[in-house]
Amino acid sequence: MKFIIAIIQPHRLDQVREALLAIGINGLTVTEVRGYGRQKGQKEIYRGAEYSISFVPKLKIEIATADNRATEVIDAIQAAARSGKVGDGKIFVLDLEQAIRVRTGEANEDAL
Amino acid sequence: MDSGDTAWILVSTALVLLMTLPALAFFYAGLVQAKNVLSVLVQCVAVACLASVLWLICGYSLAFSGTGPWLGDFSALFLNNLTRGAIHPGTHIPETLFVMFQMTFAIITPALIIGAYVERIRYAAVLLISGLWLLFIYVPVTHWIWGGGWLARLGTMDYAGGLVVHLTAGISALVIAWRLGRREGFPRINPPHAPWMVMVGASMLWVGWFGFNAGSALSAGGDAAMAMLVTHLSAATATLVWMGIEWTSFGKPSLVGAVTGTIAGLATITPASGYVGPIGGVILGACGSVVCYYAVHFVKRGLKTDDALDVLGVHGVGGTLGTLLLPFLVSLGAGGTTLARPVWDQFIVQIEATLAVGLWSAIGTLVIVFVTAKLVGLRVSRDDEIQGLDYASHGETGYHINV
Repeated sequence: MKFIIAIIQPHRLDQVREALLAIGINGLTVTEVRGYGRQKGQKEIYRGAEYSISFVPKLKIEIATADNRATEVIDAIQAAARSGKVGDGKIFVLDLEQAIRVRTGEANEDAL
Repeated sequence: MDSGDTAWILVSTALVLLMTLPALAFFYAGLVQAKNVLSVLVQCVAVACLASVLWLICGYSLAFSGTGPWLGDFSALFLNNLTRGAIHPGTHIPETLFVMFQMTFAIITPALIIGAYVERIRYAAVLLISGLWLLFIYVPVTHWIWGGGWLARLGTMDYAGGLVVHLTAGISALVIAWRLGRREGFPRINPPHAPWMVMVGASMLWVGWFGFNAGSALSAGGDAAMAMLVTHLSAATATLVWMGIEWTSFGKPSLVGAVTGTIAGLATITPASGYVGPIGGVILGACGSVVCYYAVHFVKRGLKTDDALDVLGVHGVGGTLGTLLLPFLVSLGAGGTTLARPVWDQFIVQIEATLAVGLWSAIGTLVIVFVTAKLVGLRVSRDDEIQGLDYASHGETGYHINV
Protein backbone atom coordinates (compact mmCIF):
# COMPACT_ATOMS: atom_id res chain seq x y z
CA MET A 1 0.00 0.00 0.00
CA LYS A 2 1.01 3.61 -0.58
CA PHE A 3 0.30 6.69 1.49
CA ILE A 4 0.03 9.75 -0.72
CA ILE A 5 0.40 13.24 0.68
CA ALA A 6 -0.39 16.14 -1.61
CA ILE A 7 0.08 19.80 -0.78
CA ILE A 8 -2.18 21.82 -3.08
CA GLN A 9 -3.58 25.31 -3.64
CA PRO A 10 -6.70 25.69 -1.50
CA HIS A 11 -8.91 26.68 -4.43
CA ARG A 12 -8.08 23.41 -6.26
CA LEU A 13 -9.64 21.13 -3.63
CA ASP A 14 -12.95 20.61 -5.41
CA GLN A 15 -11.28 19.69 -8.71
CA VAL A 16 -8.95 17.24 -6.98
CA ARG A 17 -11.79 15.64 -5.05
CA GLU A 18 -13.85 15.23 -8.22
CA ALA A 19 -10.90 13.76 -10.10
CA LEU A 20 -10.33 11.24 -7.32
CA LEU A 21 -14.02 10.35 -7.10
CA ALA A 22 -14.01 9.77 -10.86
CA ILE A 23 -11.34 7.08 -10.50
CA GLY A 24 -13.11 5.50 -7.54
CA ILE A 25 -11.08 6.80 -4.60
CA ASN A 26 -13.59 6.99 -1.82
CA GLY A 27 -11.70 8.43 1.10
CA LEU A 28 -9.34 11.26 1.75
CA THR A 29 -8.34 13.54 4.60
CA VAL A 30 -7.84 17.30 4.20
CA THR A 31 -5.96 19.61 6.55
CA GLU A 32 -5.42 23.35 6.34
CA VAL A 33 -1.68 23.92 6.49
CA ARG A 34 0.81 26.73 5.98
CA GLY A 35 4.18 26.53 4.39
CA TYR A 36 6.51 27.81 1.75
CA GLY A 37 8.42 26.40 -1.15
CA ARG A 38 9.60 28.23 -4.23
CA GLN A 39 6.68 30.62 -3.80
CA LYS A 40 8.47 32.10 -0.73
CA GLY A 41 5.37 33.47 0.95
CA GLN A 42 3.34 36.46 -0.16
CA LYS A 43 3.23 40.20 0.40
CA GLU A 44 0.28 41.98 1.98
CA ILE A 45 -0.07 45.73 2.37
CA TYR A 46 -1.84 47.40 5.29
CA ARG A 47 -1.90 51.19 5.56
CA GLY A 48 0.91 51.39 3.07
CA ALA A 49 3.20 49.13 5.07
CA GLU A 50 4.31 45.91 3.42
CA TYR A 51 4.08 42.73 5.47
CA SER A 52 5.69 39.57 4.17
CA ILE A 53 3.68 36.53 5.02
CA SER A 54 6.36 33.82 5.12
CA PHE A 55 3.96 30.90 5.26
CA VAL A 56 1.12 30.82 2.78
CA PRO A 57 -2.09 28.83 3.27
CA LYS A 58 -2.28 25.46 1.49
CA LEU A 59 -4.28 22.28 1.85
CA LYS A 60 -2.75 18.93 2.67
CA ILE A 61 -4.56 15.91 1.25
CA GLU A 62 -3.79 12.43 2.54
CA ILE A 63 -4.87 9.26 0.75
CA ALA A 64 -4.09 5.63 1.42
CA THR A 65 -4.30 3.40 -1.62
CA ALA A 66 -3.37 -0.04 -2.97
CA ASP A 67 0.05 -0.26 -4.65
CA ASN A 68 -1.36 -0.86 -8.11
CA ARG A 69 -3.54 2.24 -7.97
CA ALA A 70 -0.91 4.71 -6.74
CA THR A 71 0.20 5.97 -10.16
CA GLU A 72 -3.39 6.55 -11.20
CA VAL A 73 -4.07 8.56 -8.04
CA ILE A 74 -0.91 10.64 -8.41
CA ASP A 75 -1.75 11.43 -12.05
CA ALA A 76 -5.29 12.44 -11.11
CA ILE A 77 -4.11 14.78 -8.37
CA GLN A 78 -1.43 16.32 -10.52
CA ALA A 79 -3.78 16.94 -13.42
CA ALA A 80 -6.46 18.47 -11.22
CA ALA A 81 -4.19 20.60 -9.04
CA ARG A 82 -1.94 21.98 -11.76
CA SER A 83 -2.31 25.59 -12.89
CA GLY A 84 1.25 25.87 -14.19
CA LYS A 85 2.26 28.64 -11.77
CA VAL A 86 4.71 28.59 -8.90
CA GLY A 87 2.86 27.50 -5.77
CA ASP A 88 0.85 24.61 -7.21
CA GLY A 89 2.23 22.31 -4.53
CA LYS A 90 3.88 18.90 -4.23
CA ILE A 91 2.98 15.24 -3.99
CA PHE A 92 4.81 12.85 -1.68
CA VAL A 93 4.44 9.06 -1.76
CA LEU A 94 5.29 6.83 1.19
CA ASP A 95 5.11 3.09 1.76
CA LEU A 96 2.24 2.25 4.05
CA GLU A 97 2.77 -0.67 6.45
CA GLN A 98 -0.66 -1.27 7.77
CA ALA A 99 -4.24 -0.04 7.62
CA ILE A 100 -7.05 -1.01 9.96
CA ARG A 101 -10.74 -0.13 9.78
CA VAL A 102 -11.73 0.84 13.31
CA ARG A 103 -15.33 -0.36 13.08
CA THR A 104 -14.71 -3.92 11.83
CA GLY A 105 -11.05 -4.60 12.45
CA GLU A 106 -10.53 -5.37 8.74
CA ALA A 107 -6.88 -4.99 7.81
CA ASN A 108 -4.84 -3.51 4.98
CA GLU A 109 -6.42 -3.25 1.51
CA ASP A 110 -9.76 -4.46 2.83
CA ALA A 111 -9.70 -1.49 5.16
CA LEU A 112 -9.16 1.16 2.48
CA MET B 1 -35.56 73.56 28.42
CA ASP B 2 -36.26 72.43 24.87
CA SER B 3 -37.38 68.84 24.57
CA GLY B 4 -36.27 68.59 20.93
CA ASP B 5 -32.74 69.76 21.76
CA THR B 6 -32.65 67.51 24.80
CA ALA B 7 -33.82 64.47 22.86
CA TRP B 8 -31.13 64.91 20.19
CA ILE B 9 -28.32 65.41 22.70
CA LEU B 10 -29.49 62.37 24.66
CA VAL B 11 -29.17 60.36 21.45
CA SER B 12 -25.84 62.02 20.59
CA THR B 13 -24.45 61.16 23.99
CA ALA B 14 -25.30 57.50 23.46
CA LEU B 15 -23.73 57.65 19.98
CA VAL B 16 -20.48 59.10 21.32
CA LEU B 17 -20.23 56.42 24.00
CA LEU B 18 -20.80 53.87 21.24
CA MET B 19 -17.75 55.31 19.49
CA THR B 20 -15.58 53.94 22.28
CA LEU B 21 -17.61 50.90 23.33
CA PRO B 22 -17.39 49.01 21.10
CA ALA B 23 -16.53 50.95 17.91
CA LEU B 24 -13.00 52.13 18.72
CA ALA B 25 -12.39 48.89 20.63
CA PHE B 26 -13.23 46.87 17.49
CA PHE B 27 -11.30 49.21 15.23
CA TYR B 28 -8.16 48.79 17.31
CA ALA B 29 -8.63 45.13 18.26
CA GLY B 30 -8.87 44.08 14.62
CA LEU B 31 -5.58 45.79 13.85
CA VAL B 32 -3.51 43.93 16.44
CA GLN B 33 -2.25 40.35 16.45
CA ALA B 34 -4.66 37.62 17.54
CA LYS B 35 -2.75 37.12 20.79
CA ASN B 36 -3.50 40.69 21.92
CA VAL B 37 -7.13 41.13 20.85
CA LEU B 38 -8.63 40.90 24.33
CA SER B 39 -6.04 43.17 25.91
CA VAL B 40 -7.05 46.00 23.57
CA LEU B 41 -10.75 45.44 24.24
CA VAL B 42 -10.31 45.46 28.01
CA GLN B 43 -8.11 48.56 27.81
CA CYS B 44 -10.95 50.39 26.05
CA VAL B 45 -13.48 49.23 28.63
CA ALA B 46 -11.27 50.17 31.56
CA VAL B 47 -10.34 53.60 30.22
CA ALA B 48 -14.02 54.35 29.59
CA CYS B 49 -14.97 53.48 33.17
CA LEU B 50 -12.00 55.24 34.73
CA ALA B 51 -12.60 58.44 32.78
CA SER B 52 -16.27 58.41 33.79
CA VAL B 53 -15.52 58.27 37.50
CA LEU B 54 -12.75 60.89 37.26
CA TRP B 55 -15.14 63.12 35.35
CA LEU B 56 -17.57 62.94 38.26
CA ILE B 57 -14.89 63.49 40.94
CA CYS B 58 -13.21 66.60 39.56
CA GLY B 59 -12.81 66.40 35.77
CA TYR B 60 -16.03 68.15 34.90
CA SER B 61 -15.57 70.80 37.57
CA LEU B 62 -12.04 71.67 36.47
CA ALA B 63 -13.01 71.75 32.81
CA PHE B 64 -16.31 73.59 32.86
CA SER B 65 -16.74 75.49 36.17
CA GLY B 66 -15.32 78.90 37.00
CA THR B 67 -13.94 81.62 34.79
CA GLY B 68 -10.17 81.20 35.12
CA PRO B 69 -8.10 81.40 31.93
CA TRP B 70 -6.10 78.22 32.67
CA LEU B 71 -8.33 75.91 34.66
CA GLY B 72 -11.84 75.72 36.09
CA ASP B 73 -12.51 75.62 39.80
CA PHE B 74 -13.61 73.07 42.37
CA SER B 75 -17.19 74.34 42.71
CA ALA B 76 -18.68 71.32 40.95
CA LEU B 77 -16.57 68.69 42.70
CA PHE B 78 -18.46 65.37 42.74
CA LEU B 79 -21.13 67.31 40.82
CA ASN B 80 -22.24 68.50 44.26
CA ASN B 81 -24.32 71.43 42.97
CA LEU B 82 -26.09 69.54 40.20
CA THR B 83 -29.89 69.71 40.29
CA ARG B 84 -32.44 67.98 38.06
CA GLY B 85 -33.90 71.18 36.71
CA ALA B 86 -30.68 73.10 35.99
CA ILE B 87 -30.23 74.27 32.40
CA HIS B 88 -26.74 74.48 30.95
CA PRO B 89 -25.98 78.17 30.30
CA GLY B 90 -26.33 79.23 26.68
CA THR B 91 -28.30 76.12 25.72
CA HIS B 92 -31.77 74.66 26.19
CA ILE B 93 -30.61 71.30 27.53
CA PRO B 94 -30.29 70.12 31.14
CA GLU B 95 -26.95 70.56 32.89
CA THR B 96 -27.00 66.82 33.65
CA LEU B 97 -27.08 66.09 29.95
CA PHE B 98 -24.20 68.45 29.21
CA VAL B 99 -22.16 66.75 31.93
CA MET B 100 -22.90 63.36 30.40
CA PHE B 101 -22.35 64.46 26.80
CA GLN B 102 -18.96 65.90 27.69
CA MET B 103 -18.16 62.80 29.72
CA THR B 104 -18.35 60.69 26.57
CA PHE B 105 -15.72 62.99 24.99
CA ALA B 106 -13.55 62.59 28.08
CA ILE B 107 -13.91 58.82 27.58
CA ILE B 108 -12.96 58.56 23.93
CA THR B 109 -9.97 60.89 24.04
CA PRO B 110 -7.72 58.85 26.36
CA ALA B 111 -9.11 55.72 24.67
CA LEU B 112 -7.79 56.96 21.32
CA ILE B 113 -4.26 56.92 22.75
CA ILE B 114 -4.54 53.15 23.33
CA GLY B 115 -3.63 52.70 19.66
CA ALA B 116 -0.10 53.92 20.33
CA TYR B 117 0.92 51.50 23.05
CA VAL B 118 -0.92 48.26 22.30
CA GLU B 119 0.77 44.85 22.34
CA ARG B 120 3.52 45.73 24.83
CA ILE B 121 2.30 47.98 27.65
CA ARG B 122 1.75 46.96 31.26
CA TYR B 123 -1.93 47.05 32.20
CA ALA B 124 -1.29 49.08 35.35
CA ALA B 125 0.52 51.65 33.22
CA VAL B 126 -2.55 51.95 30.98
CA LEU B 127 -4.71 52.85 33.96
CA LEU B 128 -2.23 55.24 35.54
CA ILE B 129 -1.35 57.03 32.30
CA SER B 130 -5.00 57.34 31.28
CA GLY B 131 -6.10 58.73 34.64
CA LEU B 132 -3.28 61.25 34.96
CA TRP B 133 -3.58 62.18 31.31
CA LEU B 134 -7.29 62.93 31.63
CA LEU B 135 -6.75 65.23 34.59
CA PHE B 136 -3.54 66.96 33.51
CA ILE B 137 -3.90 67.18 29.72
CA TYR B 138 -7.49 66.72 28.64
CA VAL B 139 -9.19 68.70 31.40
CA PRO B 140 -7.08 71.88 31.10
CA VAL B 141 -7.18 71.90 27.29
CA THR B 142 -10.95 71.41 27.37
CA HIS B 143 -11.20 74.37 29.71
CA TRP B 144 -8.96 76.51 27.51
CA ILE B 145 -11.07 75.92 24.39
CA TRP B 146 -14.59 74.90 25.45
CA GLY B 147 -14.76 76.04 29.08
CA GLY B 148 -14.19 79.76 28.46
CA GLY B 149 -10.40 79.65 29.00
CA TRP B 150 -7.68 81.63 27.31
CA LEU B 151 -7.86 79.99 23.90
CA ALA B 152 -11.63 80.53 23.80
CA ARG B 153 -11.06 84.22 24.56
CA LEU B 154 -8.47 84.35 21.80
CA GLY B 155 -11.20 83.19 19.42
CA THR B 156 -10.04 79.62 18.71
CA MET B 157 -12.46 77.72 16.51
CA ASP B 158 -12.68 74.03 17.38
CA TYR B 159 -16.23 72.84 16.93
CA ALA B 160 -16.07 69.24 18.10
CA GLY B 161 -12.49 68.57 19.10
CA GLY B 162 -9.86 68.77 16.39
CA LEU B 163 -7.50 70.12 19.02
CA VAL B 164 -9.24 69.15 22.27
CA VAL B 165 -9.63 65.51 21.23
CA HIS B 166 -7.51 64.60 18.23
CA LEU B 167 -4.39 66.70 18.61
CA THR B 168 -4.07 66.04 22.35
CA ALA B 169 -4.47 62.31 21.78
CA GLY B 170 -2.21 62.23 18.71
CA ILE B 171 0.73 64.10 20.22
CA SER B 172 0.50 62.20 23.50
CA ALA B 173 0.32 58.93 21.57
CA LEU B 174 3.60 59.72 19.86
CA VAL B 175 5.30 60.63 23.15
CA ILE B 176 4.12 57.45 24.86
CA ALA B 177 5.08 55.27 21.88
CA TRP B 178 8.52 56.88 21.84
CA ARG B 179 9.18 56.39 25.58
CA LEU B 180 7.73 52.89 25.56
CA GLY B 181 9.87 51.73 22.67
CA ARG B 182 8.98 49.68 19.63
CA ARG B 183 7.26 46.35 19.69
CA GLU B 184 9.44 43.25 19.49
CA GLY B 185 10.32 42.79 15.83
CA PHE B 186 9.13 46.22 14.64
CA PRO B 187 8.64 46.99 11.80
CA ARG B 188 8.28 43.33 10.85
CA ILE B 189 5.19 42.67 12.95
CA ASN B 190 2.40 40.31 11.98
CA PRO B 191 -0.34 42.03 9.97
CA PRO B 192 -3.78 42.94 11.43
CA HIS B 193 -5.43 39.73 12.65
CA ALA B 194 -9.00 40.65 11.69
CA PRO B 195 -9.44 43.32 9.00
CA TRP B 196 -13.20 42.65 9.01
CA MET B 197 -13.31 43.77 12.65
CA VAL B 198 -11.49 46.96 11.70
CA MET B 199 -14.24 47.68 9.16
CA VAL B 200 -17.02 47.03 11.68
CA GLY B 201 -15.35 49.34 14.19
CA ALA B 202 -14.71 52.09 11.65
CA SER B 203 -18.28 51.97 10.38
CA MET B 204 -19.66 52.26 13.90
CA LEU B 205 -17.26 55.14 14.56
CA TRP B 206 -18.61 56.80 11.43
CA VAL B 207 -22.20 56.62 12.72
CA GLY B 208 -21.13 57.55 16.25
CA TRP B 209 -19.35 60.59 14.83
CA PHE B 210 -22.76 62.03 13.91
CA GLY B 211 -23.37 62.31 17.66
CA PHE B 212 -19.88 63.70 18.16
CA ASN B 213 -20.06 66.47 15.55
CA ALA B 214 -23.79 67.11 15.08
CA GLY B 215 -24.29 66.71 18.83
CA SER B 216 -21.72 69.44 19.43
CA ALA B 217 -24.35 71.90 18.18
CA LEU B 218 -25.97 71.25 21.60
CA SER B 219 -29.29 71.77 19.83
CA ALA B 220 -31.48 70.01 17.29
CA GLY B 221 -31.68 72.29 14.28
CA GLY B 222 -29.94 73.54 11.18
CA ASP B 223 -26.49 73.61 12.78
CA ALA B 224 -26.71 69.98 13.85
CA ALA B 225 -28.09 68.91 10.49
CA MET B 226 -25.39 70.72 8.51
CA ALA B 227 -22.71 69.30 10.81
CA MET B 228 -24.01 65.80 10.12
CA LEU B 229 -24.10 66.39 6.37
CA VAL B 230 -20.55 67.75 6.14
CA THR B 231 -19.24 65.04 8.47
CA HIS B 232 -20.67 62.33 6.27
CA LEU B 233 -19.41 63.92 3.04
CA SER B 234 -15.92 64.33 4.46
CA ALA B 235 -15.80 60.69 5.54
CA ALA B 236 -17.06 59.45 2.17
CA THR B 237 -14.64 61.59 0.18
CA ALA B 238 -11.68 60.63 2.37
CA THR B 239 -12.48 56.94 1.95
CA LEU B 240 -12.51 57.22 -1.83
CA VAL B 241 -9.30 59.24 -1.89
CA TRP B 242 -7.37 56.81 0.35
CA MET B 243 -8.59 53.94 -1.83
CA GLY B 244 -7.42 55.80 -4.90
CA ILE B 245 -3.96 56.40 -3.44
CA GLU B 246 -3.54 52.71 -2.59
CA TRP B 247 -4.92 51.60 -5.92
CA THR B 248 -2.42 53.72 -7.84
CA SER B 249 0.49 53.01 -5.46
CA PHE B 250 0.09 49.27 -4.93
CA GLY B 251 -2.29 48.14 -7.65
CA LYS B 252 -4.95 47.01 -5.18
CA PRO B 253 -7.33 49.04 -2.98
CA SER B 254 -7.52 47.46 0.48
CA LEU B 255 -10.31 47.35 3.05
CA VAL B 256 -8.09 48.42 5.94
CA GLY B 257 -6.85 51.34 3.84
CA ALA B 258 -10.35 52.41 2.84
CA VAL B 259 -11.67 52.53 6.40
CA THR B 260 -8.50 54.24 7.63
CA GLY B 261 -9.35 56.92 5.08
CA THR B 262 -12.82 57.12 6.62
CA ILE B 263 -11.38 57.85 10.05
CA ALA B 264 -8.90 60.39 8.62
CA GLY B 265 -11.79 62.22 6.97
CA LEU B 266 -13.85 62.18 10.16
CA ALA B 267 -10.98 63.50 12.27
CA THR B 268 -10.25 66.24 9.75
CA ILE B 269 -13.82 67.53 9.55
CA THR B 270 -14.29 67.46 13.34
CA PRO B 271 -13.03 70.96 14.23
CA ALA B 272 -14.76 72.47 11.19
CA SER B 273 -17.98 70.47 11.24
CA GLY B 274 -20.13 73.27 12.65
CA TYR B 275 -18.73 75.97 10.41
CA VAL B 276 -18.32 74.72 6.83
CA GLY B 277 -20.81 73.82 4.11
CA PRO B 278 -20.90 70.65 1.98
CA ILE B 279 -18.12 71.75 -0.41
CA GLY B 280 -15.91 72.55 2.58
CA GLY B 281 -16.62 69.07 3.91
CA VAL B 282 -15.58 67.43 0.65
CA ILE B 283 -12.37 69.46 0.45
CA LEU B 284 -11.47 68.70 4.07
CA GLY B 285 -12.09 64.99 3.51
CA ALA B 286 -9.87 64.91 0.42
CA CYS B 287 -7.06 66.89 2.06
CA GLY B 288 -7.31 64.88 5.27
CA SER B 289 -6.96 61.59 3.44
CA VAL B 290 -3.90 62.63 1.42
CA VAL B 291 -2.08 64.30 4.32
CA CYS B 292 -2.85 61.51 6.83
CA TYR B 293 -1.72 58.88 4.34
CA TYR B 294 1.72 60.45 4.15
CA ALA B 295 1.76 61.26 7.88
CA VAL B 296 1.30 57.56 8.70
CA HIS B 297 4.32 56.77 6.54
CA PHE B 298 6.36 59.56 8.05
CA VAL B 299 5.78 58.42 11.65
CA LYS B 300 6.62 54.79 10.85
CA ARG B 301 9.52 55.27 8.44
CA GLY B 302 10.74 58.81 9.14
CA LEU B 303 10.47 58.95 12.92
CA LYS B 304 10.76 55.16 13.24
CA THR B 305 8.39 55.39 16.17
CA ASP B 306 6.00 52.53 16.81
CA ASP B 307 2.76 54.48 17.19
CA ALA B 308 1.29 51.07 16.55
CA LEU B 309 -2.15 51.94 15.20
CA ASP B 310 -1.30 55.38 13.82
CA VAL B 311 -2.98 57.60 16.41
CA LEU B 312 -0.83 60.60 15.49
CA GLY B 313 -0.81 59.95 11.75
CA VAL B 314 -4.58 59.59 11.45
CA HIS B 315 -6.18 61.38 14.42
CA GLY B 316 -3.61 63.98 15.42
CA VAL B 317 -2.72 65.08 11.92
CA GLY B 318 -6.33 64.96 10.69
CA GLY B 319 -7.67 67.04 13.60
CA THR B 320 -4.88 69.58 13.25
CA LEU B 321 -5.25 69.86 9.49
CA GLY B 322 -8.97 70.57 9.86
CA THR B 323 -8.26 73.17 12.52
CA LEU B 324 -5.76 74.98 10.33
CA LEU B 325 -7.74 74.78 7.08
CA LEU B 326 -11.10 75.80 8.45
CA PRO B 327 -10.60 79.60 8.30
CA PHE B 328 -10.19 79.31 4.53
CA LEU B 329 -13.20 77.06 4.01
CA VAL B 330 -16.00 78.34 6.27
CA SER B 331 -17.47 80.70 3.70
CA LEU B 332 -16.82 78.53 0.66
CA GLY B 333 -19.95 77.62 -1.30
CA ALA B 334 -23.41 77.35 0.17
CA GLY B 335 -24.24 76.43 3.74
CA GLY B 336 -21.13 77.75 5.48
CA THR B 337 -20.76 80.46 8.12
CA THR B 338 -18.76 83.66 8.43
CA LEU B 339 -15.65 84.32 10.49
CA ALA B 340 -15.61 86.86 13.32
CA ARG B 341 -12.31 88.27 12.04
CA PRO B 342 -10.28 88.37 8.78
CA VAL B 343 -9.22 84.98 7.43
CA TRP B 344 -5.51 85.37 8.11
CA ASP B 345 -6.12 86.69 11.63
CA GLN B 346 -8.21 83.60 12.32
CA PHE B 347 -5.51 81.41 10.80
CA ILE B 348 -2.94 82.93 13.20
CA VAL B 349 -5.28 82.21 16.12
CA GLN B 350 -5.66 78.61 14.94
CA ILE B 351 -1.87 78.22 14.71
CA GLU B 352 -1.36 79.65 18.19
CA ALA B 353 -3.96 77.31 19.64
CA THR B 354 -2.43 74.32 17.83
CA LEU B 355 1.04 75.09 19.13
CA ALA B 356 -0.16 75.69 22.68
CA VAL B 357 -2.22 72.48 22.80
CA GLY B 358 0.50 70.46 21.09
CA LEU B 359 3.21 71.67 23.45
CA TRP B 360 1.11 71.14 26.56
CA SER B 361 0.24 67.63 25.41
CA ALA B 362 3.83 66.73 24.61
CA ILE B 363 5.42 68.09 27.78
CA GLY B 364 2.64 66.96 30.11
CA THR B 365 2.62 63.45 28.66
CA LEU B 366 6.38 63.20 28.96
CA VAL B 367 6.08 63.92 32.70
CA ILE B 368 3.18 61.49 33.09
CA VAL B 369 5.12 58.73 31.34
CA PHE B 370 8.15 59.41 33.54
CA VAL B 371 6.05 59.18 36.71
CA THR B 372 4.31 56.03 35.48
CA ALA B 373 7.62 54.37 34.62
CA LYS B 374 8.85 55.04 38.17
CA LEU B 375 5.66 53.88 39.89
CA VAL B 376 4.51 50.79 38.01
CA GLY B 377 6.83 50.34 35.00
CA LEU B 378 5.84 50.76 31.37
CA ARG B 379 6.48 47.52 29.53
CA VAL B 380 5.70 43.88 30.04
CA SER B 381 8.61 41.45 29.87
CA ARG B 382 9.86 40.29 26.48
CA ASP B 383 8.50 36.81 27.13
CA ASP B 384 5.07 38.17 27.99
CA GLU B 385 5.09 40.34 24.90
CA ILE B 386 5.87 37.37 22.68
CA GLN B 387 3.29 35.20 24.41
CA GLY B 388 0.71 37.96 23.93
CA LEU B 389 -0.97 40.21 26.46
CA ASP B 390 -4.26 38.30 26.36
CA TYR B 391 -2.87 35.43 28.35
CA ALA B 392 0.15 37.13 29.93
CA SER B 393 -1.77 40.07 31.41
CA HIS B 394 -5.37 38.89 31.56
CA GLY B 395 -5.31 35.09 31.70
CA GLU B 396 -7.61 34.75 28.71
CA THR B 397 -7.30 33.74 25.08
CA GLY B 398 -9.22 35.41 22.28
CA TYR B 399 -9.84 32.45 20.03
CA HIS B 400 -10.39 28.84 20.99
CA ILE B 401 -10.69 27.25 17.57
CA ASN B 402 -11.11 23.49 17.17
CA VAL B 403 -10.17 22.83 20.77
